Amino acid sequence: MGDVEAGRAISTWHGEDFVKYVILIYHNPESRQAWAGFTDEQRAAGLAYYQQLNDDLDASGERIVSERLSDPALSRRVVVRNGTAMASDGPFAEVKEQLAGFYLIEADTFERAVEIAGKIPEASFGVVELRPVMGLHGTEM
Amino acid sequence: MTDVEGLLRELAPQVLGALVRRYGGFDTCEDAVQEALLAAALQWPSEGLPDNPKAWLITTASRRRIEVWRSETARQRREETVAALEASEPDAAPGVDDTLTLLLLCCHPSLTQASQVALTLRAVGGLTTAEIARAYFVPETTIGQRISRAKQKIKASGAQFRLPPDDERADRMTAVLQTLYLIFNEGYTASSGSTLNRVELTAESIRLVRQLHAQVPEDGEITGLLALMLLTDARRPARTRPDGTLAPLAEQDRELWNRGAIDEGVALITRSLAEAAIGPYQVQAAIAAIHDEAREAGDTDWPQIVTLYDLLNRIAPGPMVTLNRIVALAMVEGPRKGLDQLAEAESDPVLAGHYRVAAVRGHLLDLTGDAQAAIEAYRLAARLTLSLPERHYLESRASRLGDQ
Repeated sequence: MGDVEAGRAISTWHGEDFVKYVILIYHNPESRQAWAGFTDEQRAAGLAYYQQLNDDLDASGERIVSERLSDPALSRRVVVRNGTAMASDGPFAEVKEQLAGFYLIEADTFERAVEIAGKIPEASFGVVELRPVMGLHGTEM
Repeated sequence: MTDVEGLLRELAPQVLGALVRRYGGFDTCEDAVQEALLAAALQWPSEGLPDNPKAWLITTASRRRIEVWRSETARQRREETVAALEASEPDAAPGVDDTLTLLLLCCHPSLTQASQVALTLRAVGGLTTAEIARAYFVPETTIGQRISRAKQKIKASGAQFRLPPDDERADRMTAVLQTLYLIFNEGYTASSGSTLNRVELTAESIRLVRQLHAQVPEDGEITGLLALMLLTDARRPARTRPDGTLAPLAEQDRELWNRGAIDEGVALITRSLAEAAIGPYQVQAAIAAIHDEAREAGDTDWPQIVTLYDLLNRIAPGPMVTLNRIVALAMVEGPRKGLDQLAEAESDPVLAGHYRVAAVRGHLLDLTGDAQAAIEAYRLAARLTLSLPERHYLESRASRLGDQ
């Protein structure tokens, strides 16, 4: 029920401006294990699936950008000390749920954004987060 | 916008219409026209305007269109096609206004709203892909792809460059007006330097509706939409303060309102209400006119506004209508009455948990003098809105009440 309530709160009404959404894709130990256990064919099929998804979202004009992120072992925490930016090992490698990639899409409706996020394979065995992007349009109060 | 840009945008639909009627193939002709416009934008400012700018554009676009056709048909029946091309009329049907036909094609039901908007701005508005991308904060490649795929879809749907049959016409017109209104809305709160390109969207949408109105002056809803845009845009100079924050209607400096736009909008809607069949854009324009005609916020004829929202509720009900009607009703019968109706309205699943409900509740609680409850409602609304200017406005309302 909680999900439905949240969906109501951010769904846009017909006639309002279209909204950009970020889809954040997280891996967890289970999804990493599943991927590791794949055969080469299964992995190739997984990549082909993503390629097809991107092609479809380009065809509809809904994909703005998407990227797959490198391993969290390569992630660095950046801090500024005495005016100098320094990179250090973050706590990222130990975190269970790790950001693995993202999409920036533009959808006519919230329902359509949910539908697109549902096509991400990780929605079945990892975690997929859908978040609207703030816009500059506004209504007179 | 420079003079050359303005001229190119005005000529764009005329050139495209002439080309499509001559050669057919909306998708290829649109590309050719876009290339001709880009060439003109480069050449004209330095070399001066040609004697007949429209003819120059048609010739340049035609040449490009024929080149494409030649390479397309190189594998096929080359001679036959080119012969047919060269035999065609030099300037078919001069003076025909193609704005409506083009708009109906660009707002084809097989396209997403975002694609309809992008295609309309380019094919009818004469904007470049880069300009559209800047206005919508989207990469140019995304807009380019969106437009080319949209044209492929229109082609695949078999839609032709002609007015749709009468039984489809009403629905298709609704989509056109909706698209133009979306373009208007996207620009209409913007005013600061960083959002300059979006103000242009407002001007573009008004220009396009003006063209459409000139072609179909008897259509009450087109007139209503034009009036609504003029009457809303008239308040833009007062809508944002110098620091970029939103000023609500009640606090705007009405001296800053654009009187010329108000007079034009009021004249349009007055005539249309007397002569045409009523529709939602006309009713919204009538409401905007009542606001604009009040010299001070206190002079606003709220009972008349409630009556118009009742009418709107009957012909085009929706969540925004419900909430705006409650705000107007509270001005007539008091904020308590508004809060009661708000609680009732919230049982509608579309409204439950929506930030606008919290924003209206904050406003009404504020009017009752319950500052603490108003602060909580404003803060909730600020967290849930997707608009940055609105978030800032709601946060500042909450903190202003907290300071008292």
